[in-house]
Amino acid sequence: MVKVLMFGWEFPPLSSGGLGTACYGLTKGLSSKGIEITFVLPYSFDSNAADFLKMVPATNIKIKKIASALQPYMGSREYLNSAGKKQSPKIYGSTLFDEVQRYALAAEKIAEEEDFDVIHCHDWMTFGAGIAAKRKKNKPLVLHVHSTELDRTGGHLTDQHVYSLEKKGMDNADKVIAVSNFTKSKIMAHYGIPPEKISVVHNAVDFSEYAQNKNSGIKKTGKIVLFLGRITLQKGPDYFVYAAKKVLEHEDGVKFVIAGTGDMEHSMIEKAAELGIADKVLFAGFLGQEDVEKAYKMADVYVMPSVSEPFGITALEAMKNMAPVIVSKQSGVSEVIRHCFKVDFWDINELSNKILSVLRYNSLHETLKESGYAEVKRFSWDVPAQKCIEIYNELLSKD
Amino acid sequence: MVSVCFYFQVHQPQRLRKYSVFEIGHHNNYFDDHKNEAIIRKIAHKCYLPANRVILELISKTDGKFRASYSMTGIVLEQLERYAPEVIGSFKQLVQTGCVEILDETYYHTLSYLYSKDEFKEQVEMHNRKIRQLFGYKPKVFRNTELVYNSDMAAFIEKMGYKGILAEGADHILQWRSPNFVYRPKGSGNIRLLLKNYRLSDDIAFRFSEKSWKEFPLTAPKFADWVSRINGSGNIVNLFMDYETFGEHQWEDKGIFEFLRHLPLEILKHKDNEFVTPSEAIKKYGAAGELDFPHFVSWADVERDLSAWLGNKMQQEAIKEIYHLEQNVKLSKNPALIDEWRKLQTSDHFYYMCTKWFNDGDVHKYFNPYESPYEAFITYMNILNDFRIKANKLSEVKVAE
Repeated sequence: MVKVLMFGWEFPPLSSGGLGTACYGLTKGLSSKGIEITFVLPYSFDSNAADFLKMVPATNIKIKKIASALQPYMGSREYLNSAGKKQSPKIYGSTLFDEVQRYALAAEKIAEEEDFDVIHCHDWMTFGAGIAAKRKKNKPLVLHVHSTELDRTGGHLTDQHVYSLEKKGMDNADKVIAVSNFTKSKIMAHYGIPPEKISVVHNAVDFSEYAQNKNSGIKKTGKIVLFLGRITLQKGPDYFVYAAKKVLEHEDGVKFVIAGTGDMEHSMIEKAAELGIADKVLFAGFLGQEDVEKAYKMADVYVMPSVSEPFGITALEAMKNMAPVIVSKQSGVSEVIRHCFKVDFWDINELSNKILSVLRYNSLHETLKESGYAEVKRFSWDVPAQKCIEIYNELLSKD
Repeated sequence: MVSVCFYFQVHQPQRLRKYSVFEIGHHNNYFDDHKNEAIIRKIAHKCYLPANRVILELISKTDGKFRASYSMTGIVLEQLERYAPEVIGSFKQLVQTGCVEILDETYYHTLSYLYSKDEFKEQVEMHNRKIRQLFGYKPKVFRNTELVYNSDMAAFIEKMGYKGILAEGADHILQWRSPNFVYRPKGSGNIRLLLKNYRLSDDIAFRFSEKSWKEFPLTAPKFADWVSRINGSGNIVNLFMDYETFGEHQWEDKGIFEFLRHLPLEILKHKDNEFVTPSEAIKKYGAAGELDFPHFVSWADVERDLSAWLGNKMQQEAIKEIYHLEQNVKLSKNPALIDEWRKLQTSDHFYYMCTKWFNDGDVHKYFNPYESPYEAFITYMNILNDFRIKANKLSEVKVAE
């Protein structure tokens, strides 16, 4: 059986966002198919990494931890302000890029000690580690791209440094995995990677440990429209607020809930006030795993208006929790689901037309909810895991 | 003796314009005239005109031995008159040969029988008038929208003066019996029932170009041989299908017109075979037995039931709401309003909201103007809500007068 050295991220609930969820699902899928994985992850002193193995009670996974202040979706500024960095300034790199470099060196050591056939990395912060491991053992390198700098910055490429690290990683990789065709085309257009080097492996969602309590247990008055994700340019919170304004002109009893944090949080609070809808737009802050599920269950419609979303696993999570879903067409998830609405993120008219319709027409709400649930039930991490195994085998047969 | 009965359905809905929730109350135009015109012209060119030419050719080549029957909805005829009048002329030519029978159906291609018998009757009568006006011809045989049929309907239709009615030869109704006979509907007097032989019909309509089908490629001699083999175990083979099969569902470059051009000649090579129209079949053959359709059966999908139009909650809500307006609309006595209301009853609008086949994506997507059934529902409901406001206003005015 293939042995994989995987550079990944902490699993939920320790980490939030799609990256941790995807690492978890994929690792579980691979291990159930007999793949041996040495899973390397950064952990800071304040996290409790002992819980990690409880999530995946498999014998074919070995965990290697590298003490590091790296966290998914970090930018340079977030790194400098992070708790881990502040606690141990002497150990950790002085900038995000120093830390990424330091992580790569530590990874090289692990690569030296471990026995493996393929290296599999998740997103740019681990690409350096992957290249280092490849250099050490000369094994094929697979880069799994869950998001690019272009997505995170809405195409403005504010951080040229991150872009170059991503590009370097992709150039050095033997195979690049994109989480959608949407992302594949970005990698081709903006990173100059030939299409035959890129495979698309869509994310999935799991039902196995899902508790089937269909109610949120929360009593609510009026309808709720939900936004859930980082409040950043990439996620399109501003389009959500503008759509809220338009919807409220026609139905004033609706509440718009924004769950998450991010660098646009303050400007969004101000925007809602400026539009005169501050009392209808509620900022729920960061939600833990359990509250996330409650939020989905409470929502009459979940909106993901991302400007550029490589995949968008939250849409699947929402459907799993029986919330009707509206996603932007600029998302990977829109390639794999059909029982939802798809709109251009910038089309506020269309977005509010659809929000209003789901709120008004009960039969539409019910059909979306039921068919969406039935659709997402057919997803399983076995599928992406199998595709990864095929990619490993293809790379290994080349040697 | 095997009598082959071809029946072609000619229909195109008047598709709706994308109507946003913000337009409710503005009473804008509901119909996408531009798209409807483009579709009608395309189908006229790819299907109706070339297929009519082949049929006409066959009639003259066989000295009138070849027969065919059609039903054309009122709304497709209206659109043809507007956008492709040459097609009307070409159908007139066919009717003039005396070898072609025209059947009646609901003018607006609706499921009105299920919701309002009065409305249903009016639409059938309207259709009858339209056919008489255009073709100088009074239909004697009826086929309901999408072959939706049950035994009660046969009795109802008989009372309206029809001699025959068409239905799907559904297995669960027929059981051990064959579709290749004329039947007497249970609970009726003299009206006769013709059943679609769905295997042979669908071999042409659905499987003709399907490479994975074991009989591919389907040739005229092969199909004629299947038909001839029925000799001795049945009287009549009813081949019922959409006319768009020729040139639209099955493309010309796959050889569908060549097939149509040769099939009748191949069938007639066998001296025991002939072609009939539904009325001729009814005259010629007595009822082989009585048949009961206790529930509604249609020709759609594997289920052969109403689920293509009424299978989910959106469809049920939409159709219930439109028929709910009947009284107000009719109270207005406003012909334009009534016409619009009827165009909103066209079954295609509900068909586009169907979610059951949405997972597989199949032939039903044909001519579907929407990205998803949910989009179809929103457009429809926004229009319906706008229409309701208009209808209420106009009926109030009428009552006040």
